Amino acid sequence: MESVGLFPVLAVSSILFLTGVIGVLTRRNILILLMSVELMLNAVNLSFVGFSRHLGVMDGHAMAVFVMAVAAAEAGVGLALVMLIYRNRIDVDLDDLNLLKG
Amino acid sequence: MFEAALFYTFSILAILAGISVITRRNAISSAVSLVASFFCLAAMYALLDAHFVAVIQILVYAGAIMVLFIFVIMVLNVREELEEGWDLTPRAIAGAGVGGVLGLTTLVALTAADGGPSAELHEGFGTIQQLGYLLFSGQYLLPFELVSALLTVAVVGAVVLAKKEL
Repeated sequence: MESVGLFPVLAVSSILFLTGVIGVLTRRNILILLMSVELMLNAVNLSFVGFSRHLGVMDGHAMAVFVMAVAAAEAGVGLALVMLIYRNRIDVDLDDLNLLKG
Repeated sequence: MFEAALFYTFSILAILAGISVITRRNAISSAVSLVASFFCLAAMYALLDAHFVAVIQILVYAGAIMVLFIFVIMVLNVREELEEGWDLTPRAIAGAGVGGVLGLTTLVALTAADGGPSAELHEGFGTIQQLGYLLFSGQYLLPFELVSALLTVAVVGAVVLAKKEL
């Protein structure tokens, strides 16, 4: 197709990334926090693909595939940790996880 | 231009679904919004001539990762958050402040950027064949193998963490 140009792609990508950042900073539910991280990773993927389309080289696609693999690994280990925390504390509220606080 | 209109529609839907992810109180609603956002992003990838990435986005993200999320939410049976929406807690102020500063910086950087016209695409751009050449015989061979090692480590780690007794 005719390209939409670089600017709209980067604008959408940065808005999604910002949404993820605000989600990480404001929510207390650890599951929603992990979902916000996934949202940020997707925003980065979108800008990789956008740059790839703009420059006409496919390196961005390779990077997007790598990001997805890392995101899958992160989700697996992160959710295992959530299960572990929940088993020990019966809660997923981040404010209660202050064991390491001095 | 039909494709451009489609692209903008999916952009707006993806952003709305993304905002819905961080504003729902129920974790399941957030997860469903995230799936919607992933589907919109997959459509945008397809419109940007990244067909293989679009398919992988649906298979891996909307399929595997979100099933894992929803499975964990169901297993944990998390109660809904008791906090009241958007009152001015220190956390909300900090989040809005950091988000505002970051957004402003990004806006300035974006308006200053001018990429020029997009390049002409060569034959077979975005196909699995071209990506396969890049991953298996190009400069991304070593990262690709390292990713497989990372996934193995993650699987072992997840089993060790989540299992009650080994």
